[in-house]
Amino acid sequence: MEKNKLTTGKVSGIIANLVIVDVDGPVSQNEICYINLAGVKLMAEVIKVLGKKAYTQVFESTRGLKVGETVEFMGHMLEVTLGPGILSRNFDGLQNDLDKMEGTFLRRGEYTEPLNQDQEWAFTPVAKPGDVVVAGDWLGEVKENWIGHKIMVPFKFEGKFTVKSVKPAATYKASDSIAVLTDKDGREVSVTMVQKWPVKVPIKAYTDKPRPFRLMETGVRIIDTMNPIVEGGTGFVPGPFGSGKTVLQHALSKQAEADLIIVAACGERANEVVEIFTEFPELDDPRTGRKLMERTTIIANTSNMPVAAREASVYTAMTLGEYYRSMGLKVLLLADSTSRWAQALREMSNRMEELPGPDAFPMDLPAIISSFYARSGYVFLNNGSTGSITFIGTVSPAGGNLKEPVTESTKKAARCFFALSQQRADSKRYPAVDPIDSYSKYLEYPELQEYLATNISPDWLGNVLEAKNILLRGKEAYEQINILGDDGVPVDYHLRYWKSEVIDFVILQQDAFDKIDASSPIERQKDMLGKVLDVCRTSFDFESFEEVNPYFKRVINIFKQMNYSLYQSADFKKYEQELETIIKERKAA
Amino acid sequence: METTAFQKIYTKITQITKATCTLQASGIGYEEMATVNGRLAQVVKIQGDNVTLQIFSGTEGIPTNAEVVFMGRPPVLKVSEELSGRFFNAYGEPIDGGPDVEGEVREIGGPSVNPVRRKQPSELIATGIAGIDLNNTLVTGQKIPFFADPDQPFNQVMAMVALRAKADKIILGGMGLTNDDYLYYKNVFDNAGALDRIISFVNTTENPPVERLLVPDMALTAAEYFAFDKKETVLVLLTDMTLYADALSIVSNRMDQIPSKDSMPGSLYSDLAKIYEKAVQFPEGGSITIIAVTTLSSGDITHAIPDNTGYITEGQLFLRRDSDIGKVIVDPFRSLSRLKQLVIGKQTRKDHPQVMNAAVRLYADASNAKTKLENGFDLTDYDMRTMNFAREYSEDLLAIDVNIDTTKMLDKAWELFGKHFNKAEVGIKQEFVDLYWPA
Repeated sequence: MEKNKLTTGKVSGIIANLVIVDVDGPVSQNEICYINLAGVKLMAEVIKVLGKKAYTQVFESTRGLKVGETVEFMGHMLEVTLGPGILSRNFDGLQNDLDKMEGTFLRRGEYTEPLNQDQEWAFTPVAKPGDVVVAGDWLGEVKENWIGHKIMVPFKFEGKFTVKSVKPAATYKASDSIAVLTDKDGREVSVTMVQKWPVKVPIKAYTDKPRPFRLMETGVRIIDTMNPIVEGGTGFVPGPFGSGKTVLQHALSKQAEADLIIVAACGERANEVVEIFTEFPELDDPRTGRKLMERTTIIANTSNMPVAAREASVYTAMTLGEYYRSMGLKVLLLADSTSRWAQALREMSNRMEELPGPDAFPMDLPAIISSFYARSGYVFLNNGSTGSITFIGTVSPAGGNLKEPVTESTKKAARCFFALSQQRADSKRYPAVDPIDSYSKYLEYPELQEYLATNISPDWLGNVLEAKNILLRGKEAYEQINILGDDGVPVDYHLRYWKSEVIDFVILQQDAFDKIDASSPIERQKDMLGKVLDVCRTSFDFESFEEVNPYFKRVINIFKQMNYSLYQSADFKKYEQELETIIKERKAA
Repeated sequence: METTAFQKIYTKITQITKATCTLQASGIGYEEMATVNGRLAQVVKIQGDNVTLQIFSGTEGIPTNAEVVFMGRPPVLKVSEELSGRFFNAYGEPIDGGPDVEGEVREIGGPSVNPVRRKQPSELIATGIAGIDLNNTLVTGQKIPFFADPDQPFNQVMAMVALRAKADKIILGGMGLTNDDYLYYKNVFDNAGALDRIISFVNTTENPPVERLLVPDMALTAAEYFAFDKKETVLVLLTDMTLYADALSIVSNRMDQIPSKDSMPGSLYSDLAKIYEKAVQFPEGGSITIIAVTTLSSGDITHAIPDNTGYITEGQLFLRRDSDIGKVIVDPFRSLSRLKQLVIGKQTRKDHPQVMNAAVRLYADASNAKTKLENGFDLTDYDMRTMNFAREYSEDLLAIDVNIDTTKMLDKAWELFGKHFNKAEVGIKQEFVDLYWPA
């Protein structure tokens, strides 16, 4: 799509951020253009072409724009700049570095360099002259924070290249040439540390994308134990407002076992982004001991920032993820919230007067969502190493009703479903993930089952399914008790209900604000699930239902104290002892 | 409004709908203001030479040869200290009989704050109402609405909150306010001797509904002036945002846009977010806190307006009439302040979070006991005690006529715990029980 002479045009129509441009040459769908507004250049993207008219969505406010203003087309799609220096940055949806912008207020038309081209990096070569390489192959490495940032053959390069020369280990600027490659016709191309890539096109520099199979620990019990997500997996968290979506996302971003985290704050509250960049530089990453911010990159398009850039923000985040995945890293991508992205699509579709689908969303919404989710995954790179993007998006269903287009479309695309329930949130049972409705399709994967059997224990899966069953039976018993009254059902019903409550309180509920309980390593989860199931499998002697409730409240209380204690500490063992004594009190002979 | 010499006057309107008119004109900027036979209008669509204007007060009686004058600028407000104590209409024109305000001309609905230039909100706002200070503490830079049915006394509560909060400026944005309510606010502020720190932008039910769309932007432009330029603590009251959203839907309907849920425009979320996200804590000291009212139709919070609002704001406050005590309380179950974690137990006494949770939990037990009673089941001794506790908790703390400071609220809560429960039932950390359990 590169063109020799760039197309220009003139503004002929304006409806909010939809600007119609009369063009004098070829334009392509999704091409980027700049619209002149009294000396300020506004970035826009072509979203429809009708004859000589290009319909563009402007990423900024169009206030004051006049018909007849000039437009320059850039000949490429919306691109991000890839290279060392992306980590720990705060970008907007178009990859402008927010910290480089001057003034308190965002000014339209102000675009900043995402990377510092003059920054120097200590480079170590990986490839040797004579190596035959393709796009995505590693030529060298620099240290970015603590990760080995690979300098790769640019993804845009097509076909095979031979390495002619690679610079020796030394310090170079990001914009310096670090290697020269020759293509099959003998033409030489120079490669720097920086390259560009269009965000809407997936980076496919890998040989194979197998079904994911490795558990990705998050430290959140209701996920790891009950509905595990895997490296390269997809999941989504729908929930009404106030059900704890953001707290859960923040917990994941703090604790998940990933090399780096990309947070796309898409159309959400600005104060939530402020929370991340106020707190993350202070918080330690429990796995590496470094500050959390070192592995975190924020793409912020908060709800008051231009709507059109909201759509771009999720793609920008995904592309950065794909870039780091190609270096053999484990990336966790979090998007809060994908509903806002869908709404941005709806606003545009509406202005273009397209025929609407359900709830006025565009007809192709399910296709857009599923092809986006499909960009995540676990991959084998050309050199045999592996990398992954795990994607978890939140969905904000209108009115908390899960039968709305965004939730339904996402349900078809994502493999894990962490449904937040208003009822659980109201009764302060956090994280408010509904234990009955939520699921992880990965539990059905033989690959993961095998992994769990080897890495946790052979009976792990059986235990998890047993716990799920107890929860379901407990819920049924509870409904019966509610209908028939406490004394209208056999004592056994109360037992069944309270055993499910033990699982609920000890395994499912977790205090995200408690230092110890907030994150639970898998070893500890295994131990606790074992202990809880021991209780559930025990037969107890009770004369009447009135004894059941206070007894199990005691049991739960001891378990909770264990959750709050350092694993295997003196306190922990003390409570363990106490628990045994209590169990013996009522254990059936 | 102002007309200057040599302005081009257009007189050929080609199309008129209920709210818009279209004419041929050139060199017109998007969102530019104009007058059509003296009525204010704004450019909402340009296609080639065809410019569509939205006339705020409606098109009734507009002829095809009406005089159209473009002003060459978007809607503006003149900002200066002179704004203090004044009442304006939706266009920023004085309605209190006073002189015009002189000052710097600012475009309303200006750009948003760069998120990295914000500060995390951290200053507590004390209101004296325990349902707020104890259970749902407000913080400067927060945005929070009252979700209330139209018959609830939200205007009174909001006026009370505004006067008790120690804000440098209180800015009232009244949308579709009845004339009675407008006068109520005016009187309350006047009687409190607070008029000099109040600025009001008011669109009453007597004014055309579409004009309301300008009110929040006017109020927030003034707020930004005082918070950012003057580094003051500014409290913005917006009532009623449901009527604002209704005006949005009227406009989008007349522009032939396809409605989404509840006949609201598809852009409702972004439209509301643009307003609420103006709430900010600046690192240099000033802040804008927004307290709004979203009226519900018979308590339905799944309607598009409260639903979208809930996703934008940092919590919501519900009012409820407690039949036990016959007073209005701030509902402890459904109300939520998302930012309270930033201040409670830090700027208030350390036991605050635990006391708050324990009291709400016991209150919930009481409501379960009540359900049991209604369903004809027997009550235990514990059930009876929780119900007694709940009554006193409502009367002495939750009722909106209570006005005490947070430390007194905490002491009162401990007193009630000691009166009705044993220590294990309350379940608070031992260190606090040792300190505060009543002897």
